[in-house]
Amino acid sequence: MTDTLTHLDRLEAESIHIMREVMADAAKPVMLYSVGKDSAVMLHLARKAFYPSPPPFPLLHVDTTWKFQAMYELRDRMARESGMELLVYQNPEAKARGINPFDHGPLHTDMWKTEGLKQALDLHGFDVAFGGARRDEEKSRAKERIFSFRTATHGWDPKKQRPELWNLYNARKAKGESIRVFPISNWTELDIWQYIARENIPIVPLYFAAPRPTVERDGLLLMVDDDRFPLLPGEVPVDRSVRFRTLGCYPLTGAVESEAKTLSEVIQEMLLTTTSERQGRIIDKDGGDASMEKKKQEGYF
Amino acid sequence: MTDPVYVTDALIAEDIDAYLAGHEKKSLLRFITCGSVDDGKSTLIGRLLYDSKMIFEDQLAALEADSKRVGTQGQDIDFALLVDGLAAEREQGITIDVAYRFFTTEKRKFIVADTPGHEQYTRNMVTGASTADLAVILIDARKGVLTQTRRHSFLAHLIGIKHIVLAVNKMDLVGYDKAVFDRISLAYRAFASEIGITSFTAIPISGFKGDNITALSDNTPWFNGPALIEHLENVEIGSAADEGKPFRLPVQWVNRPNLDFRGFSGQIASGKVAPGDAIRILPSGKTTTVERIVTLDGDLDEGVAGQSVTLTLADEVDCSRGDVIAAADAPPETADQFEATLVWMADEAMIPGRAYWLKLATQSVSATVQAPKYEINVNTLDHLAAKTLDLNGIGVVELSTDKPITFEAYGDNPTLGGFILIDKLTNATVAAGMLHFSLRRAQNVHWQATDIDRDMRASLKNQRPALLWFTGLSGSGKSTIANLVEKKLHRMNRHSFLLDGDNVRHGLNRDLGFTEADRIENIRRVGEVARLMSDAGLIVITAFISPFRAEREMVRSMLPEGEFIEIFIDTPLAEAERRDVKGLYKKARSGQLKNFTGIDSPYEAPEHPEIHIDTTAMTPDAAADLIIDRLLG
Repeated sequence: MTDTLTHLDRLEAESIHIMREVMADAAKPVMLYSVGKDSAVMLHLARKAFYPSPPPFPLLHVDTTWKFQAMYELRDRMARESGMELLVYQNPEAKARGINPFDHGPLHTDMWKTEGLKQALDLHGFDVAFGGARRDEEKSRAKERIFSFRTATHGWDPKKQRPELWNLYNARKAKGESIRVFPISNWTELDIWQYIARENIPIVPLYFAAPRPTVERDGLLLMVDDDRFPLLPGEVPVDRSVRFRTLGCYPLTGAVESEAKTLSEVIQEMLLTTTSERQGRIIDKDGGDASMEKKKQEGYF
Repeated sequence: MTDPVYVTDALIAEDIDAYLAGHEKKSLLRFITCGSVDDGKSTLIGRLLYDSKMIFEDQLAALEADSKRVGTQGQDIDFALLVDGLAAEREQGITIDVAYRFFTTEKRKFIVADTPGHEQYTRNMVTGASTADLAVILIDARKGVLTQTRRHSFLAHLIGIKHIVLAVNKMDLVGYDKAVFDRISLAYRAFASEIGITSFTAIPISGFKGDNITALSDNTPWFNGPALIEHLENVEIGSAADEGKPFRLPVQWVNRPNLDFRGFSGQIASGKVAPGDAIRILPSGKTTTVERIVTLDGDLDEGVAGQSVTLTLADEVDCSRGDVIAAADAPPETADQFEATLVWMADEAMIPGRAYWLKLATQSVSATVQAPKYEINVNTLDHLAAKTLDLNGIGVVELSTDKPITFEAYGDNPTLGGFILIDKLTNATVAAGMLHFSLRRAQNVHWQATDIDRDMRASLKNQRPALLWFTGLSGSGKSTIANLVEKKLHRMNRHSFLLDGDNVRHGLNRDLGFTEADRIENIRRVGEVARLMSDAGLIVITAFISPFRAEREMVRSMLPEGEFIEIFIDTPLAEAERRDVKGLYKKARSGQLKNFTGIDSPYEAPEHPEIHIDTTAMTPDAAADLIIDRLLG
């Protein structure tokens, strides 16, 4: 640990260390890949950690069928380039019942993402799942361990998490139990952007401003990404120069008006902005104050 | 008043690329804040985030609303609410775990470990401190140096933090009085030198009002600085002593994409490495040279401490996870017995003699801990006699591992000297430890290699050695069935030996009683004897209550895979008590016999025994036949 390493060097080395450490005890690891910028960085770090081998685990995309089209395109491209197997899981029950963000509210996230994730992990018998969550995203995440222990039913009990000392991770578990591992826990939003710039990591073009058809609803700017978007009476999509700070299901993700067309401009806007990253996401707010914590106990990432 | 530290917005707006170029070169400082419930710790961290613009408008709006609803500062912003994350603790008004916060200034990036100050302090603070370069010890100016100040300072020093900041907080509540600050600094200096802290930086602050946080305050004209942030920005991270340390790389993972490439991946723990360097692999002692340092971005000319790298070596030498690649001329020691400081972190107390998993760097071994030489009272720093360590207990112990590990003293190299202990059954992390030194007896006693090995002895007997481990309640029928099994084996010309619980206690173990610790030692000795006998090629049969799963697992781990056969003689307690062959249950029930399994001492039934005998459904003879079928079939 010397001053010759920059903060990005130290963060990179730590994340690589964590990923390699997982390989010591994991029977069947998987990397959750959501196609967002954090996932992009995590995937890039995995390629570095195991080079010249390809990362020794598949990518898993828990799909809701409601992601932006541009996300599906990048997802398939990155799977090809990394040489990793890509598993896509869509909760069959959600599919059969036609669960969607317009008609079903919080049930949409619960069934496609929370339930979908649990089903996918159980189906394949994955015992360790890498996730791209960061501690700076949200208050209850600040206390999350890097190795987050889950019961056989995927529950998260804040009182049962193991102390993490130095860089020694205890990855032992009983049969049926699983661990979620967050290798970029200590990265901030700025670190992510700066690293993307430094390493030339491909990201979804939606992070950059471009004229896109949008409507304003409940204080959010929503992009009309396909013809499944039900327009309310009098609503007409308007082309606005917008970009996204986070990416999820397009009907749940608010855009910001922006002219930032390059990485530097995006970072500049982020540094001068006055609202936090997750604010464009509806998910944090259902259920009030402790909603993310509640979701985690139910098995959401 | 302009803040000198945060005039960056103009640069960001005018020349973002210049700002980013500067930001990319920033170093990273990790620190921990220590204080008691009312010292204003969360307020200080909230203030650091707020002043460094890590709080966005939406968060601020939520904070203002929360401050009015549940805050403790009246109509003012309660910065503490920014950092008290989990719902439960917001209700109780205390933080209950370690949380990590992030902020950045013009010169540096920071990760803050925020740990609670209430009674469960030790476990959380040691956890937060283990990754910190610096500790900020908070003192309430109205209260001065308290017991908890001493406790926090001791723990920070114990974990090896070299930079200590004494932040004398709430100066606004003592009228910014220089005399108060001087008195506290002086009192702290006396205490600090007592425990070996040679230098610290004292700063008078108000987290609530913002004095001397980002800039020197007009309220303390008598203080020449530095302000807290200025100090955090300028403190040297790597100490001069770390320069020139010999190269160490604990191997995490062997990288084998194809037959032509064999790389060894790990994070460099100390020193540096370059292609052509002579290295030694521990514990084998084999030497070779470094061929390449391979990364996705091309080969490196040099790797330095802190980097995660992959090395290839000039020769095909054995090297796997857990080995340490080190400078050939300055290798670390290997040993299997140590003195160490242990911090106990589990609700269940330490059990001397029980085997735990020990993880040190990338090495995982089985380790047993002796009763503490002494426990340290963290408030008075007195050494106390102790038989065990409870949650938050700190003691100095001797421990031994089942095979040699490569290590250095924690003070010289935290990566090769810091370890955790893991409970073998619950998999919980139960302790953190710091190695002091190896014990001589391990250094001077080496394994003597012999020419005739266990396979040769067994093949002469025409049999496969095994250990038939009978476990069950007193009076369940263990000895009866074990005896039948041996008689049948004897008739079949098999070479066996029956170790009986009662018989062993007449000789080898006659110095042991029936306390938990003695029972564990009893089983450990029997396990060692059984292992020697199986090495000699015998089929060993043991009949011991052996009530604890952990000890049965310990014996299992002593033997080669597949040789330990656990046989659960399953007789319900009521039935065993009804038989009461030796009249022991009657004695135990009347209180004449203490620690009797099933009565006032637990029996942990096997979860997955190799053979399960239900004595209510099977005669002893049938049971013996079944066991022999399974053994030889």
